[in-house]
Amino acid sequence: MGRNGSLEAPGTRASTMLGTSKDSGYGIVTREDFSDVTFLLEIRHPLMAQAAQPGQFVIVMSHAEGERIPLTIADFDRGKGTITLVIQAVGKTTREMQQLCRIGTSLFALVGPMGVPSHVGGARKVTCVGGGLGVAPVFPQARAFKEAGAYVIGIIGFRTRALVFWEDKFRSCCDELIVCTDDGSMGVKGPVTEGIKRAIAAHPDIGEVVAIGPPLMMKACAEATRPHKINTMVSLNPVMVDGTGMCGGCRVRVGGQIKFACVDGPDFDGHQVDFEDLTTRLRRFATEEKSALDRWSESCRMTTPPEEAGGG
Amino acid sequence: MAKKRTIRTIPQERTRPHEQDPVERAKNFSEVTCVFSIEDAVRESERCLFCPDPKCVEGCPVGIDIPGFIRKIGEKDFRGAYDVITDANLLASVCGRVCPQETQCEGPCPVGENLEPVAIGRLERFVGDMAIQERWTNIPYVEPNRYRVGIIGSGPAGMACAADMAKAGCEVTVFEAFHVPGGVLRYGIPDFRLPNEVIDAEIDNLRALGVRFECNTLVGRLFTIEQMIGEMGFDAVFVGTGAGYPRFMGIPGDSLNNVLSANELLTRCNMMRARDSSHDTPLPLGRRVAVIGAGNTAMDAMRVCMRLGSEHVYCIYRRTKAESPARVEEVHHAEEEGIEFHWLTNPIEILGDAEGNVRGMRCIRMELGEPDESGRRGPVPVAGSEFEFEADTVVIAIGTHANPIIGQTAKLKLSSRGYIEVDENLATSMAGVFAGGDIVTGAATVIEAMGAGRKAARGMKAWLGIRDTDTVYQPEPVGGEATILGIGIAEKNFVRVHLG
Ligand SMILES: Cc1cc2nc3c(=O)[nH]c(=O)nc-3n(C[C@H](O)[C@H](O)[C@H](O)COP(=O)(O)OP(=O)(O)OC[C@H]3O[C@@H](n4cnc5c(N)ncnc54)[C@H](O)[C@@H]3O)c2cc1C
Ligand SMILES: Cc1cc2nc3c(=O)[nH]c(=O)nc-3n(C[C@H](O)[C@H](O)[C@H](O)COP(=O)(O)OP(=O)(O)OC[C@H]3O[C@@H](n4cnc5c(N)ncnc54)[C@H](O)[C@@H]3O)c2cc1C
Ligand code: FES
Repeated sequence: MGRNGSLEAPGTRASTMLGTSKDSGYGIVTREDFSDVTFLLEIRHPLMAQAAQPGQFVIVMSHAEGERIPLTIADFDRGKGTITLVIQAVGKTTREMQQLCRIGTSLFALVGPMGVPSHVGGARKVTCVGGGLGVAPVFPQARAFKEAGAYVIGIIGFRTRALVFWEDKFRSCCDELIVCTDDGSMGVKGPVTEGIKRAIAAHPDIGEVVAIGPPLMMKACAEATRPHKINTMVSLNPVMVDGTGMCGGCRVRVGGQIKFACVDGPDFDGHQVDFEDLTTRLRRFATEEKSALDRWSESCRMTTPPEEAGGG
Repeated sequence: MAKKRTIRTIPQERTRPHEQDPVERAKNFSEVTCVFSIEDAVRESERCLFCPDPKCVEGCPVGIDIPGFIRKIGEKDFRGAYDVITDANLLASVCGRVCPQETQCEGPCPVGENLEPVAIGRLERFVGDMAIQERWTNIPYVEPNRYRVGIIGSGPAGMACAADMAKAGCEVTVFEAFHVPGGVLRYGIPDFRLPNEVIDAEIDNLRALGVRFECNTLVGRLFTIEQMIGEMGFDAVFVGTGAGYPRFMGIPGDSLNNVLSANELLTRCNMMRARDSSHDTPLPLGRRVAVIGAGNTAMDAMRVCMRLGSEHVYCIYRRTKAESPARVEEVHHAEEEGIEFHWLTNPIEILGDAEGNVRGMRCIRMELGEPDESGRRGPVPVAGSEFEFEADTVVIAIGTHANPIIGQTAKLKLSSRGYIEVDENLATSMAGVFAGGDIVTGAATVIEAMGAGRKAARGMKAWLGIRDTDTVYQPEPVGGEATILGIGIAEKNFVRVHLG
């Protein structure tokens, strides 16, 4: 892999770099809040910043008793030696991170980059679609396609104008950008599939679509491109534990076969994915997730002064 | 020495260690089998006939001098016994607990022809546990050389290779993808069979040898093996990444919710401590759990479910008890704890409800058919014997495929099934890269993985041009507490030198 001179000269070498990061955990160097549920963390991990490729993810444990949760690498800066995660606070672990992860604190565990990197292939004209939180993980792919010389049409969708983030980042790497909002408060009114329709109408020669977001959105995108026979890649997000292929908890059905999203994916051909299976499996722990959140919220109410609770 | 022992003069009864009561222990995660007391150990050691041509040693994959260490136990020289074992095996406490002794050392023991064989595994564990309790470590005097060795995976294969290379004077770093080292010993085998403290102690021993552990490091993705040998300056690399990748049945219902692999169940319980309310990882289990398979992994999964409070735990296996690949002791313990065994039963469908959750299983009865070429009678379905039963969780423990990550990221030659190909010295197709353990053989045993780690270390030393001498031990200062549990050991702190 041609990552020229990416690792330090012998002597300091990787182990020392890992060693320092480990002693102090994985340090958070930037935090940015996009809304009261979405926030960004930039974390120092020079080796990972070197290795990361579009489409890959990490597994994070925020503290020693925490869960291992997968999060997509939304950006990496090889020069600064950092990776960026964009996180939506949806349950116990992510809300707790929203409350506790500050600049200067660190994560207990951070492993990756995991998953097969996205194939940034020879397509001359591509569309990168991000829905809601999916906007962040599709960014590295849009940028990589641009760097590979493709004509990139970005489509990013949000519920409403107030939730829009990274519009500027997308503008910098897209030849065209379509912003969609459910309520029409910005750009095109409607779901991202509305944007896809427009893009296809304007550019009959789109060679590939990459779509990342909630399962229903990715399914809708796959259906939107199916009649046009445009190759459509989606990034699946089943519940994971190890992220190394060892537990099978992340198995998904693609083309009638069982695949493990963490090592066989997470990118798959959207026209082959069994989305129903995915959404069912995402409900696996619904009861436990709810009770964990309830217990946690209860304990926050008891221990945190009201003005701090809810974070952000 | 006393006069020659014969089968008639030795204690006839095999010494039984104390075990937790089955009803009680099926509710807790404390260890099932207690360690021998000193009296028990000495008494059991008296059952060894010290055969001139010991079959037990042949049966041991790493060739421990078994009569040698048993003799030391008889002489109450426990430290000496430890030294004998650690010549061949650095994980005495682990292997004493988890090796399939009945097919290895204890199987061919001649005492077993008339009586029960010598309890070699329990004696080994006795010595290993005493070493941990007394903090004995055989830290050799190591003349550092300039070689740097990288080990991928911290399971028994990686640990064994790391130890030998560190003892040879190399600077050794172990890279592990998980946040804690130990491999299957940590995430797979539950506490009631192998407590975490035992693994910690073995890892501490490695650290004392100078081995460094870098967790949270997924080799292949964070950096490749090519980069380790190139830019990162490692002179040799050992791949011990285990088999991983659990198999599913390929029957309808495979992906229903509450169908999970034994690996997932065990990882959530053992490593992520899902059973402990202070930890976040969930592990919902139903009242009726069906576990498919009857190997060690299946036994562990079933016994974990019992302890987590499932009311019925069924074992579904298409062959008979005699063919179960699990350790005999584990099957016995599982039976005692109330697991309901359904031998000669094969699942054909997992039944789901409208929400996509498991509600039961459809199985078919099997019978043993005609012997095949190997003489083994394979199970064949009994026509018309399908039946259904209720279950709300199904755990699959039918084996594993090769983990694909190293294959995806390195140009190592793989077998058609995805395992790494090696030569007789465990060298892979890439110069300086060796491999061993489950990633080479497919799922096997702890001791075989360890044996492979050591064999690879020999290959590696030859390749690096390090002379393969035996360990040279440094004298230890005689401390204040020169007794073990009241027995004087001062005179045992000798300088051990045995050069090869
Ligand atoms: C490869 C991959 C990449 C991901 N990237 C990101 C990312 O960049 N940013 C981000 O915020 N999240 C991402 N996720 C989802 C993230 O892992 C989950 O949101 C997180 O595990 C939830 O943990 P929790 O304890 O806070 O919530 P929980 O209590 O576990 O769940 C709360 C709610 O979130 C839903 N949920 C739980 N797990 C997932 C999941 N894996 N995917 C989708 N929804 C889930 C549940 O159905 C539930 O409704 C990714 C998941 C995968 C598999
Ligand atoms: C539940 C269970 C019970 C068992 N019971 C017994 C028993 O009673 N007796 C017995 O003898 N055997 C038993 N076995 C089998 C035995 O544990 C294995 O054969 C043995 O652990 C294999 O050792 P290993 O070192 O090859 O691999 P493993 O123990 O699997 O260790 C491999 C390690 O490598 C890490 N890894 C993988 N890929 C990477 C990577 N790319 N980068 C960094 N790290 C990586 C993994 O996270 C893991 O920690 C059992 C197995 C299981 C699953
Ligand atoms: S997360 Fe365990 S196999 Fe993918």
